[in-house]
Amino acid sequence: MKASDLAPAYDLVVIGGGPAGLAAAALAARAGLSTVLFDENPGVGGQIYRAIASSPVADRAVLGEDYWVGSDLAVEANASPALIVTGATVWSLDPSRVVGVSIAGQARLIQAGRVIIATGSLERPFPVPGWTLPGVMSAGGAQTLLKAQGLVPGGRTVMAGGGPLLWLLAAQILRAGGKLDAILDTTPRGNWLRALAHLPDFVLSPYFSKGLKLLREVRAKVRVIRIDRLQAVGDDRLREVVFGTGEGERRMPADLLLLHQGVVPNVNLAIAAGVAHAWNERQLCFEPVLDQDFETSVRGIAVAGDGAGIAGGTAAAERGRIAAIAAVRALKPEALVPDVQTVRQRLQRESMGRAFLDWLNRPADSFRQPEGETIVCRCEEVTARQVRDTADLGCEGPNQMKAFLRCGMGPCQGRLCGLTVTELIAAQRGTTPAEVGYYRLRPPVKPITLAELASLPIAEAERKAVER
Amino acid sequence: MRTADVVIIGGGIHGCSTALHLALRGLKPILIEKDYAGRHASGVNAGGVRQLARDLAEIPLSISSMDLWERIEDLTGDDCGFESQGTVLVAENKAELASFRERVNDLRLRGFTHEELIDRAELKRLVPAVADHCPGGVVSRRDGAADPFRTTQAFRRRAIEKGAEVLEGVTVTGLARAGANWRVETSAGLIEAPKVVNAAGAWADRIAAMLGEPVPLTVVAPMLMVTSRVAPFIQPVVILRGRKLSFKQLANGTVVIGGGHLATSDRDRNETVLDWEKLAISARTVWELFPAMRAATIVRAWAGIEAYMPDGIPVVGPSSTSEGVYHQFGFSTHGFQLGPGTGAMMAELVATGSTNTPIDGLGIERFR
Amino acid sequence: MFKRLADAGVAVAITVDGKHVGARSGDTVAAALIAAGIDHCRTTPVTGAPRAPYCLMGVCFECLVTIDGVGSRQGCLAPVRDGMTVETQSGKREAGR
Repeated sequence: MKASDLAPAYDLVVIGGGPAGLAAAALAARAGLSTVLFDENPGVGGQIYRAIASSPVADRAVLGEDYWVGSDLAVEANASPALIVTGATVWSLDPSRVVGVSIAGQARLIQAGRVIIATGSLERPFPVPGWTLPGVMSAGGAQTLLKAQGLVPGGRTVMAGGGPLLWLLAAQILRAGGKLDAILDTTPRGNWLRALAHLPDFVLSPYFSKGLKLLREVRAKVRVIRIDRLQAVGDDRLREVVFGTGEGERRMPADLLLLHQGVVPNVNLAIAAGVAHAWNERQLCFEPVLDQDFETSVRGIAVAGDGAGIAGGTAAAERGRIAAIAAVRALKPEALVPDVQTVRQRLQRESMGRAFLDWLNRPADSFRQPEGETIVCRCEEVTARQVRDTADLGCEGPNQMKAFLRCGMGPCQGRLCGLTVTELIAAQRGTTPAEVGYYRLRPPVKPITLAELASLPIAEAERKAVER
Repeated sequence: MRTADVVIIGGGIHGCSTALHLALRGLKPILIEKDYAGRHASGVNAGGVRQLARDLAEIPLSISSMDLWERIEDLTGDDCGFESQGTVLVAENKAELASFRERVNDLRLRGFTHEELIDRAELKRLVPAVADHCPGGVVSRRDGAADPFRTTQAFRRRAIEKGAEVLEGVTVTGLARAGANWRVETSAGLIEAPKVVNAAGAWADRIAAMLGEPVPLTVVAPMLMVTSRVAPFIQPVVILRGRKLSFKQLANGTVVIGGGHLATSDRDRNETVLDWEKLAISARTVWELFPAMRAATIVRAWAGIEAYMPDGIPVVGPSSTSEGVYHQFGFSTHGFQLGPGTGAMMAELVATGSTNTPIDGLGIERFR
Repeated sequence: MFKRLADAGVAVAITVDGKHVGARSGDTVAAALIAAGIDHCRTTPVTGAPRAPYCLMGVCFECLVTIDGVGSRQGCLAPVRDGMTVETQSGKREAGR
């Protein structure tokens, strides 16, 4: 598939091929909308069902049945009339729904009747001292290597953080024959108090028995240590992990440190498109403001999946279907679609137990709001001290901070520092993240080469200007 | 009710510079900014500090500004990231070079020597990366570039240190005579002052309208894009005449590409939407002019909202209807360099009633 | 740091800084570097600190490498191909690299 093979316009452009995107594209295409799905990865599945059609992990027990259910979604989407393009990077989306996409070094602008952003989530920044050292990796990264390439940690491996994904990955590594030296649990004990109110709901949800089983499975084989401080130490790479427990400081030699403290919506594309976002205090992140069909403040643009607020893979697919039904109703009201109420009820059931999990796994302030020389912005190597000092000097928001310190101005465009910078400014100035706000983002949301940009087909108006 | 000697409306580089220069004269200005200082064009422009290729009417202000740029640290307490490495106007063909020669000769006759014609060899010496087909150009050697947001903030900070008051997040809702004073209605209450400076940029026509002085201002948002950091390979700022391009490598290695293609803008919502078909035109121009840049990575793009006048030059000087009110807006996408000198001139004009810097041809009465 | 569960997939030959690296079909460039035990893939343009792939899902931009002559590509999004040349990056790139 080349960029030049794309049509100039589609009824629906779906961005992201995880559960939400796959479900949305399949439903909309089957209802008769001309539909294209773009995903920048080599295959569909998103992160949760990463490499679902190509994983070399033959033993299904390793990744677990919750992973393999993803193949139904991929099969369904592939069997639908939707055009599914992988290796396609969407770098721009504007409020009139013009989508900028690059495929194999060639760029195009595509007009969409409707857009469903399904760019999912990313791992919350975990800014501890030394987190930029080679040998320190996100747990999600290690899970991707396992799912897509069958790579398992081989040396001395320590996991640190909290949240369901951390425990799932630990179990998967162990099932695959990997070894873990320790799990350093950063979850504050006090979280139980807040979570307790939501326990009854959680006990009734499927998360309850699955979660308990997982914890038991991992705890049987790995030392779990509750910690309140964490540091990756090394010169040119990780050599040891230093951590604080209630009883003092301990050190552990390590080749690999895997970090994870939950996931947050990947907001870059939606913000760049002008979509209004709001702070979610329970999940400690920004998420788009949405109506019940997942439509945003920008007409014709919806956000489905975890990008709409963290709710998990099964919920993501249902959200994708609801957004797709709304798209079909808007563009082709006569088409036959599934009953949206049924989908909503399924989604409702999926959300049971989330509140408990969110409160229980809410990361501690000290792991979100670093101090001193800890790097906050990995790209431009801006430290917590610099951000805090600049806030003290009167810098009120992340956009000014960007201008002062260049944080958020490197290639990752704030994905790995945005929440940290917002929270640090709020903490330092005694206000709230909601007040402080997030980086103002603009396209390109992914870097694009000058050659790619120059390859955009010359528009009619410009051609005339040149001829004249 | 607050009182001040002067109320300045607008916290761009012009408002902040005027505030500082008024404070340096011992006056007490209050500056009102609806967002925060440098939020729009002043904070996000390409940062070019350029005397080159200016309209004749602006040249005196530009030259007096240049003198201030060269001692910007003394003036503001911050070097503002200013570096003087010249601006080069590249001729893409012989016809262009011939027209540049005429312009440079004309300037000489008028006594201006800052523009200097250069041949192919000197062009290659100054800008080795430029494509071989370019036959020469014009250089202004004292020109350079600075960090726009830092500069605007530096003026703001020094103005406050010298006694100015800066109210941010405050909008002006009305402007009326009150005896010898002007009464400025704002979202933070009334302020009275004998003098008012309208430095409200893309919103300045609304202030002028409050005085019964409509001006044909267009709201524009020139687009810029920037690459990831690359090793140093070009010193001066490079601009073109025939095609829209400005091109500059910053000290940190990033390359800023601009030139005036416009985003669509909505000044009521502080919003701009980039036009990628036009940015692609800029990309193709760079592709042709700087072959080494072809695989460079564009990491960000943006546009700042500002005012454009029909004749492309600013409105500077006293109001034509309202005694005590002065205008300083409409810099038409090239006002950053003019900020220091225009602020100094305006402070002189406000404080003394006249100025030694010629501003003929820039008055608002030309739109009557 | 990592070992392969099984040698699934077809062998794919790439070079990294001129040296042969045996990858597998299904590898991304970043995964191939990790599997080959290559410790870091670039040094930063700001302080020259070594960096290695971090997120493997296209958001962190730590795995930037030069692929077939084009600089600063995200190694975690690029599938390996036979004959591909990969170069690790050091500090600021030359213009156009």
